[in-house]
Amino acid sequence: MFRRLFLGLGLAMATALPLAAQTQSITVSSTTSTEQSGLFGHILPIFTQSTDIAVRVVALGTGQALDVGRRGDADVVFVHDKDAEERFVAEGFGGPRRAVMFNDFVIVGPAGDPARVNGLRDSVEALRRIAAARAPFISRGDRSGTHAAELRLWQQAGIDVATGRGAWYREVGQGMGPALNTAAAQNAYILADRGTWLAFRNRQELRIVTEGDERLFNQYGVMLVNPQRHAHVKAEAGQRFIDWLVSPAGQEAIAGYKINGEQLFFPNANRPGA
Amino acid sequence: MQDIGSAFALAFGLILSGDDGLARIVGLSLRVSLTAVGIAALVGLPLGALLAVARFPGRQALVVALNALMGLPPVVAGLVIYIALSRSGPFGSLGLLFTPTAMVIAQAVLIAPILAALSRQVLEAMWDEYAEQLRSFGAGSWRAVPTLLWDGRFLLTTVLLAGFGRASAEVGAVMVVGGNIEGFTRVMTTAIALETSKGDLPLALALGVVLMAIVLGVNALAQGLRDLAARRGA
Repeated sequence: MFRRLFLGLGLAMATALPLAAQTQSITVSSTTSTEQSGLFGHILPIFTQSTDIAVRVVALGTGQALDVGRRGDADVVFVHDKDAEERFVAEGFGGPRRAVMFNDFVIVGPAGDPARVNGLRDSVEALRRIAAARAPFISRGDRSGTHAAELRLWQQAGIDVATGRGAWYREVGQGMGPALNTAAAQNAYILADRGTWLAFRNRQELRIVTEGDERLFNQYGVMLVNPQRHAHVKAEAGQRFIDWLVSPAGQEAIAGYKINGEQLFFPNANRPGA
Repeated sequence: MQDIGSAFALAFGLILSGDDGLARIVGLSLRVSLTAVGIAALVGLPLGALLAVARFPGRQALVVALNALMGLPPVVAGLVIYIALSRSGPFGSLGLLFTPTAMVIAQAVLIAPILAALSRQVLEAMWDEYAEQLRSFGAGSWRAVPTLLWDGRFLLTTVLLAGFGRASAEVGAVMVVGGNIEGFTRVMTTAIALETSKGDLPLALALGVVLMAIVLGVNALAQGLRDLAARRGA
């Protein structure tokens, strides 16, 4: 009887072993915003259906996603921090970079609005007011694209957040969702990408206070990891994914993703300079 | 409280609907954790038995090290295995990172010390009792290992279940080495972490309820088999 238990265990093990062998697949390291907003859930089945290439997405912050590409652990990198992406290409880790789409960031805050920024269009001024009021602000603090964008805005506001660290400026070192959970719990302000915000369910008192500023523009780009650097990179399949993303079919699929009728990402592969 | 109530309702709804995605996640959780327990048992149990019966220099240090390794933080184990399996790491050519196999390795590394340390303790107590009797059959300490493992099989079920519990509850290591890829390396714990991230707390909690139900089921099954075997005097 007892032997049978071990036999069962062995059987479970045996079925676990043949793991590979299906259709061709590529690994894409991308950001939490594209995954958690549900965009990939919408567009990947369309791509896989037309090409028979399965796409495996590892969702991380932009900094970490680029690192995964540098180490050769992904075939394609799909992120949103243009400066970091151009560095990645310049260092020879991959590329060329193709612009794919944009969405925007929003500043989210508590309904009570202690810093009185509600309805303000100027995001830099909003941050100045938050700092002046010493109102709690949650920072991603994880080298993500959103974190980089946030730091750029503080810089433009001329505020050194190091002085508020530990007091009103709180770095959580986590993804967009967990950071939003923290902001909701602490009634804090936070910079979020609109996609994750729209898909986010645990809002409690939080709502958008500042939006529509040009400086809140958030561009996404995609790059093939350099196959000369990492020979195992599935260059052909990876390139097909990139080509599809920037093709009319891919751009249409991106535009077609909506939550409650609201479009989350706006394709702009053909916009010069994007 | 309302959240907890709706989580249970959602959990039952999920189970009853026979949702395909959920079934795949549950299946992968079971496969990964049971495989990890199996591999860890092949290493951990004989090692535990050997430590229970053999006396050699450095044994005490090994016992202390194993006991300490029981507290190995999963995220640290995950990170070490990540670096080892990364394409830029020593085993990169195997291409195992972000696969279920990498998750099995991580969990096996985490639970092998637990199985070894706990089985050492259980079997040492038995050995103290039976040593004389076994020796009278002329069995040296090394050769007593299989006998000890066989005679201690009922006690070792609990040890295996402790290992399975740790494996199936673990999130830090499988998140790092598996990457939580939908339909490929997503398991119960990483799915719960993801839904928590998305702020869908009722769904996250519902998945937690499902996970607990599975762990309960596995434990009940093991206990039942054990009792059945004990009654038959097998």
